Amino acid sequence: MRFASHRDIARALERALRRAGLPVAYSAGFSPHPKISYAGAAPTGVASEAEYFELTLSADLPPETVRAALDDSMPEGIDVLDAVFAGEGSLADRLTASDWRIELPGVDAERAGTAAAAFLAADTVEVERLTKKGRRRFDTRAAVAHLRVEPAGTREAQSAYAIIRMVVRHTTPAVRPDDVLTGLHQVAGLAPPSPPLVTRLAQGPLDEASGVIANPLAREGQDR
Amino acid sequence: MPVESIFGRLEELLPRVAKPIQYVGGELNSVVKEWDAAEVRWALMYPDAYEVGVPNQGIQILYEVLNEREGVLAERTYAVWPDLEALMREHGVPQFTVDAHRPVGAFDVLGVSFATEMGYTNLLTALDLAGVPLHAADRTDEHPVVLAGGHSAFNPEPVADFLDATVLGDGEEIALAVTELIREWKREGRPGGRDGLLERLAATGGVYVPKFYDVSYHPDGRIAAYTPNRPGVPWRVAKHTVMDLDAWPYPKRPLVPLAESVHERYSVEIFRGCTRGCRFCQAGMITRPVRERSLTTVGDMVEQGLKASGFQEVGLLSLSSADHSEIGDIAKGLADRYEGTNTGLSLPSTRVDAFNIDLANELTRNGRRSGLTFAPEGGSERMRRVINKMVTEDDLIRTVTAAYAAGWRQVKLYFMCGLPTETDDDVLQIGRLATEVIRAGREVTGRRDIRCTVSIGGFVPKPQTPFQWVGQTHHTVVDARLRKLRDTLRADKQYGRAIGFRYHDGEPSTIEGLLSRGDRRVGAVIEAVWADGGRFDGWSEHFSYQRWHDCAERALAPHGVDLDWFTTRERERDEVLPWDHLDAGLDRDWLWQDWQDALHGEDAVEVDDCRWTPCYDCGVCPSMGTEIQIGPTGRKLLPLSVVGKG
Repeated sequence: MRFASHRDIARALERALRRAGLPVAYSAGFSPHPKISYAGAAPTGVASEAEYFELTLSADLPPETVRAALDDSMPEGIDVLDAVFAGEGSLADRLTASDWRIELPGVDAERAGTAAAAFLAADTVEVERLTKKGRRRFDTRAAVAHLRVEPAGTREAQSAYAIIRMVVRHTTPAVRPDDVLTGLHQVAGLAPPSPPLVTRLAQGPLDEASGVIANPLAREGQDR
Repeated sequence: MPVESIFGRLEELLPRVAKPIQYVGGELNSVVKEWDAAEVRWALMYPDAYEVGVPNQGIQILYEVLNEREGVLAERTYAVWPDLEALMREHGVPQFTVDAHRPVGAFDVLGVSFATEMGYTNLLTALDLAGVPLHAADRTDEHPVVLAGGHSAFNPEPVADFLDATVLGDGEEIALAVTELIREWKREGRPGGRDGLLERLAATGGVYVPKFYDVSYHPDGRIAAYTPNRPGVPWRVAKHTVMDLDAWPYPKRPLVPLAESVHERYSVEIFRGCTRGCRFCQAGMITRPVRERSLTTVGDMVEQGLKASGFQEVGLLSLSSADHSEIGDIAKGLADRYEGTNTGLSLPSTRVDAFNIDLANELTRNGRRSGLTFAPEGGSERMRRVINKMVTEDDLIRTVTAAYAAGWRQVKLYFMCGLPTETDDDVLQIGRLATEVIRAGREVTGRRDIRCTVSIGGFVPKPQTPFQWVGQTHHTVVDARLRKLRDTLRADKQYGRAIGFRYHDGEPSTIEGLLSRGDRRVGAVIEAVWADGGRFDGWSEHFSYQRWHDCAERALAPHGVDLDWFTTRERERDEVLPWDHLDAGLDRDWLWQDWQDALHGEDAVEVDDCRWTPCYDCGVCPSMGTEIQIGPTGRKLLPLSVVGKG
């Protein structure tokens, strides 16, 4: 699933809904579309354990029924973990930050630690990326709430294998994990020899004081 | 011997290539069988990009038919883009299947489906990446048998050196027959080695093994004869025809990829074959006779296929779908069944004279209203007589204005340029027809926002058709005629802006012509182009005319022939054609007479459709032991008891 784009996942979801026979509401008009809204889609090439979307059904069904039916119909590699009735406010407003894990095969953990420290010590770390609106230059430092290198486990200790964990706020323009890696390269010359393995571990509201990302569906979960 | 997945090595390369999702497999309804439990293993290849290859009906059907069989395993492989090809070479990763990522070189058979000649260089890339020698003559017992099918296999001679065997016609039954021959041969301990197997295949009379035939040439370059060079090899090889489509209701479980593909729908063939008799149309000649799938089987297949896929659109496929004897009942029955479910129906191919607005309305009742496409093919009445596409201008105007009146705003008309006997004026008539369409459309609707797009392709003469003898019009002539047409349309202040004009330059048609009617000497051209970096020739951004032209000049010179000799040269009646020993059932004299009839211009003789006017003149039914199978069955599609759950 790492290599699937957001559009690929969206198509897979629409087809799974049809296979599951769930009564999806469609938009009116010339070219009707199922009413699904996505928030904070992960970039292509990144694995994720925490994606969210809102779905409008044309009939009342228990969330658990919907979850189970959809989970059964989704392609292998995509699990539907939880479903709740949508509460107040938009989903996007609740997803203010992401927790990322970046595995860097071939990178020494100590070397990664030095780079992380240099990044955190900087006031701003500007990077350039080609966006839909053309080449843009933006700061990555301010969006990064936390950044640390995990202590090497036994397996990793034998060979160079650094793991970075970081919490990044959702900003505009979005700061993606690869932007932070570009930043690490700029401030400390960190250049992974092979492609990093990036995984989103969580999304949700960020508690600025503790740096913890809470479950965005906690409120509705309690009502159940 | 266990065969390992190469996925681990591939995965490391994927972050560095475009659209990596196309290489990871895992499509819904894909099948991975245990390697060691299989006696016969097929790698099925569609020699183009994944996005084009994955929806291909032929591959999907064979994939299912073979995998359903006990002890048989089939996986799929597609052409990899040059970015991944370079990385695979650098890291020693072989051509792989997308199902279990097994190396293609480990399979018993590499089955290649050639829908077009422009995939030939991609076959060479796949063979090379698989570690299989390019030339069949250099392969040993450890290499897979490279077996080709598809429409281009009706003249496989340009790729004959690279293929071990080819089959003609419908694949379902012959793929299974080949499988059983391989199974037997392996069980017996592979007597005779590779050639032993090929001899058994050739002896059936239904498998062509090119290297078992010698070709001799006249001093002027024409072919003198094809001669079998060992005993037990037939002089002619016959095509295969599946006679009961209801007994082969595939695909049952369509592949649903995560990646985007060119056809995002469940496709069901509603009939095979076409006997309209358009003289340019290879598909219509080589797939005879017409065999309909019954309305009830179509209904069952759609129900199963949608359930298994979740697709939102159903394509009713055939060479001319509105010609099905019960098309109205099929369309209405399906539209009724799927009312309120946003399930669209589409007919990819419709004739002006078989089309009506009621049908169009049924097709769009539950889905999106896309544009309408018609293919008059020829701009003038005279031209349409020459090609035996007997659609009158009145028919066309009536149908199109009715569509505008029923709410369609956009109609696409498809034409060919470079047809036999064509003049500049015939081509300018395309413009006149288009302006007439707009004029009549505005009159009927009172609106000025209606549009008509004229889409034009260069005509390429094809083997096994009445036009197999004609001299192809040089692409510079085609380009010049179409420039004239474009300028005329642009200058038309009244209607010009409502008419879109789509044409790509004619150079690729010349190369398609070379590959369509070429013989074994053309193999050296393909190999030279490939060695020089030629890939994905069906894609304009990858196609290089200069490269093909230069390689053709060099590779053909020793034989005293050239690109023009193969393309623009008209053939004599008695010239031995490279596909004469491959039997599509068509009577050669009938083809020649039909070609002569075409030349009578204004008085060109019209050929009726044998579905409605019994006729056996083309020779297919008597020689192949087949017959026309059409309805009506008189049955109707009943409502489904449960449609969705909503």
